[in-house]
Amino acid sequence: MADEYGRKWDRCLADTAVKTATGLGVGIVLSVLLFKRRMWPVSFGSGLGLGMGYSNCQHDFRSPYLIHGHTVKVNA
Amino acid sequence: MLGVCLRGAHATVRKNCVRSPLTPLQSYRCYSTSRSSGASRVVALGLVTVGGGVGGTLLYSKWDPKFRAAVEKNVPYSDWLLGLALGPAPEDARLPVRKQVELNQPPSMLDKPKTDPKAKSQKSVKEAAEASGPESSLVPPPPAQSIQDECKECHKHADVSETAAVASAEPLKERPVDEVTARLVQQDQEEEKLLASLSSRLEDSLASSAKATLQAIGAQEVALQAVTQHTRKLKDAMEAEAPSDEKSTQWKELEAALAERTAAVKDATTTLSKANEALEGLKSVINQAKGQKVAAARPLILAAEENLHQMVVDLDKVVSKVRSAESEAKVVSQYTELVNEAKQQFQREVSSLTPEIQANWKGLTGKLSVDDLNALIAHAHRRIDQLNRELAEQRVREQIHIEAALEQQKVEDHKVLDAAVTTAMGHVKEEARLNLEQKLAELREVMEAEMRTQLRRQAAAHTDHVRDVLKVQEQELRAEAEQVLNSKILDQETRYRQLTQEQLDNFTLDMNAAYARLKGIEEAIDSHAVAEETAREAHQLWLSVEALSYALKSAGADSPSMPLEDAAEAVRASCHDDFCSALASALPQESLQRGVYSEASLRARFNALRSLARRVALIDESRNSLYQYFLSYLQAALLFEDQQEAPPSQLSGADLDPFKLLSYASYCLEHGDLELAAKLVNQLRGEARRVVEDWLTEARLTLETRQVVSLLSAYANAAGLGTTQAP
Repeated sequence: MADEYGRKWDRCLADTAVKTATGLGVGIVLSVLLFKRRMWPVSFGSGLGLGMGYSNCQHDFRSPYLIHGHTVKVNA
Repeated sequence: MLGVCLRGAHATVRKNCVRSPLTPLQSYRCYSTSRSSGASRVVALGLVTVGGGVGGTLLYSKWDPKFRAAVEKNVPYSDWLLGLALGPAPEDARLPVRKQVELNQPPSMLDKPKTDPKAKSQKSVKEAAEASGPESSLVPPPPAQSIQDECKECHKHADVSETAAVASAEPLKERPVDEVTARLVQQDQEEEKLLASLSSRLEDSLASSAKATLQAIGAQEVALQAVTQHTRKLKDAMEAEAPSDEKSTQWKELEAALAERTAAVKDATTTLSKANEALEGLKSVINQAKGQKVAAARPLILAAEENLHQMVVDLDKVVSKVRSAESEAKVVSQYTELVNEAKQQFQREVSSLTPEIQANWKGLTGKLSVDDLNALIAHAHRRIDQLNRELAEQRVREQIHIEAALEQQKVEDHKVLDAAVTTAMGHVKEEARLNLEQKLAELREVMEAEMRTQLRRQAAAHTDHVRDVLKVQEQELRAEAEQVLNSKILDQETRYRQLTQEQLDNFTLDMNAAYARLKGIEEAIDSHAVAEETAREAHQLWLSVEALSYALKSAGADSPSMPLEDAAEAVRASCHDDFCSALASALPQESLQRGVYSEASLRARFNALRSLARRVALIDESRNSLYQYFLSYLQAALLFEDQQEAPPSQLSGADLDPFKLLSYASYCLEHGDLELAAKLVNQLRGEARRVVEDWLTEARLTLETRQVVSLLSAYANAAGLGTTQAP
């Protein structure tokens, strides 16, 4: 269980980082394309990403008995 | 609710304050007033509700003691409050109610049976007064407490009085038979005596009266004879013109006859009176006899009466005869008197005419002179004329005289007829009565005979009945006697059987004792063999358990021990009883297949886990956001506790803090007490608990296995010790 705790944290951080980066990217894109290089879509996007990651992380920590499913590709 | 009210109050306050922009003081006032009005309203409402609730509970608990008990049980200080308000505890309330119920009942019950026992006692008193004195002392005064006893006594008393009445009626029951027969015999004797006396008296009186009557009759007949003779003689004397000598003799005879007649008549009258007296006496005796009512004397009485009647009849007849003769005699005497009178007159006339001539002139035919003769003839002519005249007169008055005579005769006849009729009537009545009496006597006899036959029939029926009853009794008695005999025989038999059984039992006991000893010897020998066997087995068991404990020790630093399957199998094989096999099968599956960790490895793991548990100490089901995680991290970083702390013997509430628990557990582990450490770690809650769950499971497993193994080894040791024989 202690290992699981560590694994959760790893997952959580990775997930948050990915989401933040994605949000940032989307924000940058939108800011460049639609919103005349304003700051707010970037911050909005990154905040969105961060928030989602945070929420996911919290949700994961709150449900300790939830098993995460993995898809395993079988090479036929 | 309160929060809503407060929010509402705040809102109103804000509204009020915003509507009217005031100075702080005024705003304060506004604050205070609105708050006070709203708050006061709320406070007042609350107070009213609370007061109503309390008052309602008080009233209801006063009315219903069960509710009061429930309230006192559930609400802490309510018993003090209720006691203050209402009074004593509910246990006392129950008894007064019951007593009240009882008191209500007894008065109503007392009213009813009080009249009954009073009436009963009155009745009983009357009965007691009627029956006898001592019963009156049994009349009890009706007690107020036990009504049932009173009623019982009343009933008893009524029964007693009834029995008393019955007892008093007992003297009226049938007298014994001997007494009855004695009485009857006595009665018979008395009757006989009476009868004898009566009959003797009757006979005496009958005899005397018969004698008297006969005498009277004889005397009357004599008198009759005398009278008739006298009359005849008189007639003869009057008519016959016999010579003077015969005349004188006739006159003398006549005189004699007359004297005789008078004497006879006197005698007759005396005897008649005597006879009448005797008859009267007899009548009185008969009446007395009748008065005494002795049945057997009736025929005697009847006979006496008949005799009396006969005598009376005869007497009357004779008396009537005598009377008729007397009347005839009277007539004749009257005639003679007349004749004598005429003669005397003639004589006087003759003497007056011829004074010298004496009487008896018939003898003097030659002595008379012519003058005298002429005078006589003239006198005679004169007399003849006179007589002729008288005769003519008589002839004229013949009819009248005859009628007068007839009348006289009729009157006399009438009188005589009346007398005769009355006597005849009397006689006839007497006869009828006698006939009736005779018929009654006959009827009575017939009745007696019939009664006797009926009584004889009854007696016959009684004898039949008695015979039947005797038969039945005989049968009953026979059956009883047989029963008694059978029971006695049964007793004897059972006794005999008992004795034989006792003998048999004794013999079997001895046999059993000998057999038991033999068995004992055999068993001792067997048990020796068995003991050796068990000793061998115990040794085997001990060896297998030792192997198991060695297998446990094979655990590495981080790896579990070898699987205990084989060792456990060996132990199971060497187990020969339920306890051992139960223990052997109590080893957990994990330990059998995977093996268990050693204590050292667990200890090492715990140290790593401790820091992790510290880090998530603040997280549980309610606090599990990421911010809480951050705070928990901060807490773990900033909080310092003892590395190891000795746990107290009893955990208080403050000791359940995770940091403290972890330090306690470390201490225990360091000192080798895995069990206590596991217990302490078990007290962790929340995320920390989840973190150390694995370790806890492992620790449990290890502990379990170790426990089982220790039990087994203890058991093996004990078994081994038990089987080895002390020298």
